[in-house]
Amino acid sequence: MALDQSFVGRTYPPTAAYEVGREKIREFAESLGDTNPVYTDPEAARDLGYPDVIAPPTFIFTITFKAAGKQVVEDPQLGLDYSRVVHGDQQFEYTRPVRAGDRLRVTSIIDSIKSLAGNDILSVRGEVHDEAGDHVATSFTTLVARAADAEVEESR
Amino acid sequence: MTAKISYDAVEVGTEVPTREFRVNRADLVRYAGASGDFNPIHWNEKFAREVGLPDVIAHGAYTMAQAARVVTEWAGDPGALVEYGVRFTRPVVVPNDDKGAVIEIGAKVTAKLDDEARTVRLDITATSGGQKVLGRARAVVRLV
Repeated sequence: MALDQSFVGRTYPPTAAYEVGREKIREFAESLGDTNPVYTDPEAARDLGYPDVIAPPTFIFTITFKAAGKQVVEDPQLGLDYSRVVHGDQQFEYTRPVRAGDRLRVTSIIDSIKSLAGNDILSVRGEVHDEAGDHVATSFTTLVARAADAEVEESR
Repeated sequence: MTAKISYDAVEVGTEVPTREFRVNRADLVRYAGASGDFNPIHWNEKFAREVGLPDVIAHGAYTMAQAARVVTEWAGDPGALVEYGVRFTRPVVVPNDDKGAVIEIGAKVTAKLDDEARTVRLDITATSGGQKVLGRARAVVRLV
């Protein structure tokens, strides 16, 4: 069943602050096998001009995806079938890298809803700001809820 | 905020050598934990097949992260990334064996965007098993 177009433009309230810790950044970098010391060694980070260790560029997705997941994907009124959701497209615009000590809030906005061959295609924007209210990054996520087989048949 | 590559030294066509990243089920479980994305399609074969996938697939964001690494290691500073985007054109299927899957990632400078901001665009190619897994994979990096 196609998603309700009236959800386009819906802006969800900013999330509670996500506190970025050094060990969480380390865990994330290690899960990728990325040994760049700027992720784990505050001294190496300071050498590049940062106040503390920074996170790999895609770390921000874990925060924006969590926000989108809790608020949008699980919005019972929207009714997206998460068991059939795959990640279609992902873009980031960075003002600065995420760093240890950041307290980040995400504002999720539904940019568009499309229906193609029975697939629901949902584009969610996540605006990430720090505690001072300064912009850190924007995430553009497209999620595709693939049609269940029966629905594909119906749409033919 | 200090890339190690000089804008002036880079030309359109400059290539970042292709690298191989091996990914197995344990890597996916580790990434699921670190990222908080516990969608069972990334660790539960039975579930993945039930929703019509050939097998467990890697998180798109995992492949995207490895592709970013090729660029950030080239630039010398992950914070030099200004924009980064990919389209997930084909899933990376990760079999339950000791080999897993291999993702091959390379990049090439395709434009010098702004002499003042010293930004360049790189187009990234990522394949697995000879198939393209990322489409429109592009990064904008600020050089020194």
